[in-house]
Amino acid sequence: MSDEFLRSLSADLAPVSRWTVARRLALGMSGGVIVSAVLMLVLLGPRPDMDQSMTTAMFWMKLAYALAFAVIAGFAAERLARPAASARGRIEWLAAPILLVIVIAALRLAAAAPDSRALMLMGESARVCPWRILFFALPPLAGLVWAMRGLAPTRLREAGAAIGLAAGGAGAFVYALACTESTAPFLAIWYTLGMAASAALGWALGPLVLRWR
Amino acid sequence: MQPSEADLKALMIASLDGDKAAYRTLLEEMRWRLCAYFRNRLSRDAAEIDDLVQDTLMAIHNHRGTYDRAQMFTAWSYAIARHKLIDHFRRGGRRQTVPLDDAAALFVTDESASVDARHDLEKALQTLPPATQALIRDIKLRELSNAQAAAARGMSETAVKVALHRGLKKLGAYFHGEGGAK
Repeated sequence: MSDEFLRSLSADLAPVSRWTVARRLALGMSGGVIVSAVLMLVLLGPRPDMDQSMTTAMFWMKLAYALAFAVIAGFAAERLARPAASARGRIEWLAAPILLVIVIAALRLAAAAPDSRALMLMGESARVCPWRILFFALPPLAGLVWAMRGLAPTRLREAGAAIGLAAGGAGAFVYALACTESTAPFLAIWYTLGMAASAALGWALGPLVLRWR
Repeated sequence: MQPSEADLKALMIASLDGDKAAYRTLLEEMRWRLCAYFRNRLSRDAAEIDDLVQDTLMAIHNHRGTYDRAQMFTAWSYAIARHKLIDHFRRGGRRQTVPLDDAAALFVTDESASVDARHDLEKALQTLPPATQALIRDIKLRELSNAQAAAARGMSETAVKVALHRGLKKLGAYFHGEGGAK
């Protein structure tokens, strides 16, 4: 290797923003979310009772829960896109929304009449909900894979899981606008499962698709 | 005196803000550190280490935006070096175990041998005398034994070995001469 090479690198030096990583991940994420939103509008359409539901707490809780996953896992991915950096201290924040939703779900279940509990848990769409969330997570996941490949993750499974979970949150957010379920137990189980499936997918794909040169 | 982590970090932060002189100093320092890093983990094959150092410096340059100013610079840069080393092993880059210089490694029949490598090889072969080319094709590509190749060409086995050795050496030199630019 020549001095010429070092000279060419330093000649090529331009100032770099602190927000390089965040900006690129946000770009990949928003591109994917737009695709998901269009797919949702075309394939399912927004929930027909949108106007009334917007006045209920549950509508906003679903969105907030999904958003919390997207944001917290997104922050974790922002760390894991850097060589040697760890997401400890970021991913732990997930405990807050999960515990909150579990507590609310438990309280609602405890207060409900015993014969209505099964319906609260299963709703009408338990069988399709996690799959749909996973489906709507795929475009943001693709966008985040693109973003991550241009960065420099060195823990590929963790980075894959983080972007998988962030994409899962985004997919759940989009799907929540079409989904008519309105119980906390349903949210706690099936939304969490769908987002976890997306994280698992990212975890599995990480070493295969996140290698950079 | 060896610059400390704090010195390197200060140089890196200055580099991120566009200070070319600081960056140049940092690259010089990293060049020696990376040389030592790869030498401790690989062969003493200077060309191989040189390639890896260059690859890593290139990656440090291209991915400098992923350095977090709160992070340890050495942890960051050695994680990149490690990533490059793993990549190198994955590509089956343990050339030091192959005798007769690097060129011999090109003949290892390996599913991953890419079209590109074959193309480069053909170009390199063209630079050799036709008799040597034929010999290399017979033995290294068609996997004939030295004795078979000798019989086919009406040469002694020793003559085959000598010609083969010279041919491979020349190929090695060819790739080294050009390899620096890669």
